[in-house]
Order: sequence, then C-alpha cells, then structure tokens
Amino acid sequence: MKKLLIALLFAPLACWASEQGYRLDRAPIDPHDLVSLQAGARTFVNYCMGCHGAQFMRYNRLTDLGLTELQIKDNLLFTADKVGATMKVAMSAKESKGWFGVAPPDLSVIARARGADWLYTYLRTFYRDPKTTTGWNNLVFPNVGMPHVLWTLQGEKALKEVKREEGGREVVEYELTELSKGSQNTVQYDTTVRDLVNFLVYVGEPAATSRVRIGIVVLFVLGILFVLAYALKKEYWKDVK
Amino acid sequence: MASRLMALWQWFDARMPSVAQEYRKHLTEYYAPKNFNFWYFFGSLAMLVLVIQIVSGIFLTMNYKPDAALAFGSVEYIMRDVPGGWIIRYIHSTGASAFFVVVYLHMFRALLYGSYRQPRELIWIFGVLIYLCLMAEAFMGYLLPWGQMSYWGAQVIVNLFGTIPFIGPDLALWIRGDYVIADATLNRFFAFHVIAVPLVLLGLVVVHLLALHDVGSNNPDGIEIKKKKDASGKPLDGIPFHPYYTVKDIVGVVVFLAIFAIVMFFMPEMGGYFLEANNFIPANQLQTPAHIAPLWYFTPYYSMLRAVPPLFNSQFPGVLVMGLAVLILFGLPWLDRSPVKSIRYRGAYYKIALVVFVISFMVLAYLGTVPTNVWGQFGEWLGGVERATVVARIGTILYFLFFLLMPWYSRIDKTKPVPEWVTM
Repeated sequence: MKKLLIALLFAPLACWASEQGYRLDRAPIDPHDLVSLQAGARTFVNYCMGCHGAQFMRYNRLTDLGLTELQIKDNLLFTADKVGATMKVAMSAKESKGWFGVAPPDLSVIARARGADWLYTYLRTFYRDPKTTTGWNNLVFPNVGMPHVLWTLQGEKALKEVKREEGGREVVEYELTELSKGSQNTVQYDTTVRDLVNFLVYVGEPAATSRVRIGIVVLFVLGILFVLAYALKKEYWKDVK
Repeated sequence: MASRLMALWQWFDARMPSVAQEYRKHLTEYYAPKNFNFWYFFGSLAMLVLVIQIVSGIFLTMNYKPDAALAFGSVEYIMRDVPGGWIIRYIHSTGASAFFVVVYLHMFRALLYGSYRQPRELIWIFGVLIYLCLMAEAFMGYLLPWGQMSYWGAQVIVNLFGTIPFIGPDLALWIRGDYVIADATLNRFFAFHVIAVPLVLLGLVVVHLLALHDVGSNNPDGIEIKKKKDASGKPLDGIPFHPYYTVKDIVGVVVFLAIFAIVMFFMPEMGGYFLEANNFIPANQLQTPAHIAPLWYFTPYYSMLRAVPPLFNSQFPGVLVMGLAVLILFGLPWLDRSPVKSIRYRGAYYKIALVVFVISFMVLAYLGTVPTNVWGQFGEWLGGVERATVVARIGTILYFLFFLLMPWYSRIDKTKPVPEWVTM
C-alpha cells in the first residue's frame, strides 16, 4: 500500500507534449566544439544579421568561443564599432515589417523558444513556391515570411507529393527534390546549418557550459555534506529507542 | 573568550529573557513524536524553499525592470551580463516549482496521517491559506518575465474573474488596470509579488507554526503523545526538536538541495515544465499562442476549468468549479468522520478513496499541460466529444467525490485498533 502510494506520487509527468507537424531531424550539435561554434558565428554575422539581431548578446562575449577581442573586431563586427556593443541589427523593425510583412524576430533566445531540432530542420527545408510573395516556402514553417537566405549554399528545391498506401489508407508525404545546385553539397550544407544552430543554442544561453561545470562541483560538495550530515544524525539518534 | 561571551549573553538575557524562552519553547523543549518518517521532511523543506525564494528574489529585483518595454530584456540581462545572474535566476525559477512539489507532498502527508483532524484544524486552515497565497504568488511572479506564456497565461486567468456575473468585467478591469494585460498590470503584479503577498505568506507561516507548537505535532500513528507524560510533564514518546529533528532535517535538506541542484544545473527548463519554451518569445498582445498552458502546479485546476461545459455562453461554471476545488480543502477536518487519524489504522474505503483521488489529481495535472484534443475524439455515437475532455470530467467528479462522500465512507470504514505507544 505504502509503496503503491509513493510510486503514484512520484510517477513523473513523463509524457512530453509532442507538437504535430513535420517530423524534425535531430540536430547533431555539440556545445564544446569551438570550431563549429566559430563557423556558426561567421555564418550568423554574414547571412542572418542582415535582418536578425541578437540584441541581448554582446560581441565581446564571443571570447567564450576561443576568439580574442581583436579577432572578433576584425572578423565579426559589422554592425557596431565597439566590441562591447550588443549584436543589434542595422535594419529598423518598421522598415522590415513593410518589406516582409513581419519584423524578423530577434534571435537571442530563439533556440530556447524553438529548440535546436526545429531550427536545424527548418533551415534545411526551404523550397521554391511561386504562390508566396518571396517565392519561397518551408516544410516546418508553412508560409513563412523569410526567404531562403542560404540558397546560394544549398541550391533550390521543389516540393514533391508522394502518395502511398498504408494500412488501406492513402498517406500523403512530402519530399524535396533538387531544382538547382548550390555552392555546397548536401553534407557541407548540413554541416553549415549544424554549426549555425550550434551557435544559436550557445547564444540562447551563453552560461550553459559553465552551468554544467559548476553543477558537478556543487553536487560533489553536497555529496560530502551528506556523509557528514548522515553521520551526525546517526550519532545523535543512537540513543532514541 | 568563552567567559566573556557568556557574560555578554547573561547581560542580554537579563534584559530580554524572551529570546531564550522562545528558543526553548520552539526548539529545545518542543517535544515532537520520535517516529517521524520520510513524509515529515517537507514542512521544514517548505520553510527552506521560502527562504531560498526570498533571498534569490531580493537579488533578482536589483536588476529586474518591471516595465513592459524592458522586462523581457532585463531578464536576459540577468542571464548574461549580471555576474552570477543566471544562477540566481535559475534558483528562483527552480525554487518556484520546488515550492509546489514540497507543499503538495506536505499536504499529502496530512491526508495520509490525518494531520488536519481535531485538535489541529487551525493548523490545516492556515496551511490552506498558505497554499492560496502561494498560488497568487506564483501566478503574479510568472507574469514578470513578460514572455508569451506570461502574458497569455495572465490574460486567461484575469479573464476568469471577468466571467463572474454582474461585477466580472469591472473586476477584471480593476485587476488589470487596463483593458488588456499591459504595463500597469506588470507593475502592480511586481508590487504584489515582491512585497504584498510575501508579507502575508510570512505572517501565515508564523501562525501555522505557532498553532502547531501549541497543540504539538501529529505522527504516522495518528495518536496523541501528550496523553502519556512523565513526572516533569514531558511526553514519553516525544524527543526535543533540537537537536534530534534539526540534525535529521539537515540530512533531508542536503538530499533536497542535491535534487534541486540536478534540476537547476543540468535541466533548468525541466523539459518545458519549469520554464516553458514559448516564454522565451517576448509578450505580443497581437499574437495569441496556439496552445496556452499554465505551469504544471496549476494544471489540475486548469483541467477542471476546461472540463466544465459553459452555461448560457458563460465560462463561469468552470471558474466556480475550479474555485470550489481549492476552497473545499478548508472543510476537510469536518468532512472526515473516521475514529482514527492515520491511514495505518483505517480500512479499505479510505485507502481506495485516497488512491483514486491521487490518480485523478495526476491525470488532471497531465491533461492540463496538453491540448484537449490530445487523445482524439469519440465516434458519432457520443456526439464526437473529445476523449480527454470526458476523462477530465470524470477526474473532476472523482476529485470532488473524495471530499463530498468522505463523511460516509470514513465513518463506515472498518478500522484497526490504534496502539498505545507510537511505533518506530
């Protein structure tokens, strides 16, 4: 009885809410891979920062990625003069709203809002669609306002409907076929996106790696404290009968 | 040195003897039953979390800006630019959920061992008031990061007040200070969250403890240790709270802090249950999220709200049911008619009722986190209603039956004889 109650009480609310829609690919990111993070930072400032900022992130914080302030200044600093400035976008929200219909969101915490897998899949599933104003559409984010900014790297894709029978019912699946080649092949492009997503996850929570490191130390200290506290309790309680 | 300190203490004690008196009354000469088990850790842990929340909260207010234009950014500023800011913020966000975990377990202990029964009705009532305060505190605190879930969660909850007949719309307007959740709302919620509610909470904790120390603690056997005293008036089954339970509670505190640290350092979002993904999108009053879910500790009541069908186009019946679900807790000491307190000596009826109640509460909690169409719909023969809504309705009814049928099932339940002395 007692065990049953305890089991019930601790039965974790383990059913993760799943979102419907396009099946997401797992993003193979690694927060300790500094080369990947630096490549992601380069892609971010070269391609994304035309429209999107990361207004809560400071350039000089990128020293976390193994760069010196001089390297940051020479290679990444396009929209600000001071290395201590935040990664704001040069375009005003009002103008961009006129151009795209929506103001491009700030990307400081986008990885925490969307998740790495979502971003990784989203950036790889753009296709040509003459029905939209930008000429681009996306499998993960239908009718997205953003055109495919990385298309010179990935090339152009087209949407193809695939119908097949499954258990007597007709299932429609979508896949992308190649219209034109980009400057990178599929493996290279996936790596580019992986690095970019890796960087966005870092930007979402720059303290994440030190968080884990400090956490291990804290648990170690608590472990020692537990031994002492338990011994103290035993000592006091030995005469309680 | 020691004698100097002693002299200083004697000087102090001669002028303010009440410090030593209270110390004895509440610690060294407060006799607690010697058979406290696992479930008795959560009272002191709740106090610990209260202190953690107050201290981390004070540090957060030093950098947080209660302004609709700045709030979201100031939280990110704390997370990035304030030295140690992310630690303080995660302590506070993890602490909020930890508070409810601990308080729910503490309340469950009362259900197990009848701790709300005569003569401890007032302790229970103060406890339920603490729970109510905690809900208000958590709700208003959740608006402060000014993310999408903060904003729309507050919108939904404040609109609930708007469904009250006659006064509703004016009441909701009065609470918000604007026609929608806006800067005025954020500012006043900040004031309530950082000072008004915590003051009430602290006062209630004090009376909760005073009431407890007047009548003494219950125990897993549900018997009164004060019935058997020695010549000097000490309960024979009691031991002084200090040092015995202070050293025992330290062990509980260390284990609790370890679990707390695992969450805050390795999974501060707890899979979206402690920090929701949508709350990393700044509040936008023109864009309603597809799925608005409160944090996990409110979801049982949120499920009830959604389960009750509207009447005359008004959601008020759901709001009423949700309110009654919390208020009915106050009646518990008078609904329970069992001759024994502890589940150890109760019969099958209460045990079954409690298991059904806990399952209902958990199912409702789960359903509150997901959209109502999560399990699809019944066929045409049931009018195509959503399966999850039907389950939530059954859960809501079972939740209430636990209380409403208690006067009968607790009285006719077959009980076992209660021992003379506490069992270790």
